Amino acid sequence: MYTTELKSGSDGGKKRSKVEIVEDPAKLAAFEARVAADEFIEAKDWMPEAYRKTLVRQISQHAHSEIVGMLPEGNWLRRAPSLKRKAILLAKIQDEAGHGLYLYSAAETLGTPRDEMIEALHSGKAKYSTIFNYPTLTWADIGAIGWLVDGAAIMNQVPLQRTSYGPYARAMVRVCKEESFHQRQGYEIMTVMANGTDAQKRMAQDALNRWWWPSLMMFGPPDDSSPNTERSMRWRIKRDTNDELRQLFVDVTVPQAEYLNLSIPDADLKFNKEKDGYDFGEIDWDEFYAVVRGEGPVAKERIKARTDAWEEGAWVREAAMVHAQKQSKKDAA
Amino acid sequence: MADIGDLSLWEVFIRTKGGLSHRHAGSVHAADKRMALEAARDTYTRRMEGVSIWVVPSSQVSASDPDEYDSFFEPAKDKIYRHPTFYPVPDEIKNM
Ligand SMILES: [Fe+2]
Ligand SMILES: [Fe+2]
Ligand SMILES: [Fe+2]
Ligand SMILES: [Fe+2]
Repeated sequence: MYTTELKSGSDGGKKRSKVEIVEDPAKLAAFEARVAADEFIEAKDWMPEAYRKTLVRQISQHAHSEIVGMLPEGNWLRRAPSLKRKAILLAKIQDEAGHGLYLYSAAETLGTPRDEMIEALHSGKAKYSTIFNYPTLTWADIGAIGWLVDGAAIMNQVPLQRTSYGPYARAMVRVCKEESFHQRQGYEIMTVMANGTDAQKRMAQDALNRWWWPSLMMFGPPDDSSPNTERSMRWRIKRDTNDELRQLFVDVTVPQAEYLNLSIPDADLKFNKEKDGYDFGEIDWDEFYAVVRGEGPVAKERIKARTDAWEEGAWVREAAMVHAQKQSKKDAA
Repeated sequence: MADIGDLSLWEVFIRTKGGLSHRHAGSVHAADKRMALEAARDTYTRRMEGVSIWVVPSSQVSASDPDEYDSFFEPAKDKIYRHPTFYPVPDEIKNM
């Protein structure tokens, strides 16, 4: 999901770059030993180039996901059904902006300037979670996002509090503290709708139908087609595999849907006593890779909204700089 | 002798172990950053209390004004809905 390495094809990382950096074997061995001992790596510590690169990509993708993730919810801000819901939704969206900023600042400790990351997002070079390229059609979608999308994000982010890179781990601690409110407000919206009028119930079920599979896709491709998983696990950049987290998510979420009397849109879903978890149906990976390639229903709209916001905000940044210059001249005089 | 100024004040931040953020410990007087780092080491980590030290010239720290506490932090004061406890979770629901 947020932290899955998103590449445009199912060939994943098979096309290796020709120039492999040769690391000092002694330093590399010492680094591997530190990480294996669950020590944290900090910004000024020696680290292999591939570790640095993977982290910059993963953390900046995570940051982009938080930032773009504001858009589907922002779509309902001015149409929230009550002032209370509006205030709550605004607070949640503000948190997501904060998460993006914690993460950009963690990525910057690795030496990549923020401008560069934002430019990569705007040019379409950088990826972000596929989930945010789906539209929010009704108010029930806001409930489903908090419950399922933030729920999946929590599943993924909780173990990252122990990821090997200190600044990333600390950003995750802050984020995780805030996520619980996100999921609960979403589930509360779903509870109200699932117990409401027939029309509300239909909206709640429809939202679950549309968000269920994309939420499962958030955990990223199956383990057997995630070529870098092994190394990322060894370096403690990831702490669980995509499939492990996806299974965990299904197992906790199904009973939550049952409590709402909503049905999960999966004919193959059934509890498997032996593994003490649910078996579930095949995910449409063609759809996933299409969305990763930027063919999601609202992908263009999302990037346009980001670039517009950036361009329309340019005068504010300029005004702030000019004001600061004037003040420092005054102070000097 | 020419006026060469006084030792200036530096704020000291210590990371007690890997994975934790640097925390403010106190301050030292020093002529430059190297001296500030060594003075901080000798003052604050004589018993291995740290694995990393940051020193920042005190003059470079901008702080919020205690007299503005009420107005400055006011925006967050009435937003109890930012806390998970604002939302009841039914007993039947686990893992939320
Ligand atoms: Fe977030
Ligand atoms: Fe999120
Ligand atoms: Fe997140
Ligand atoms: Fe969230």
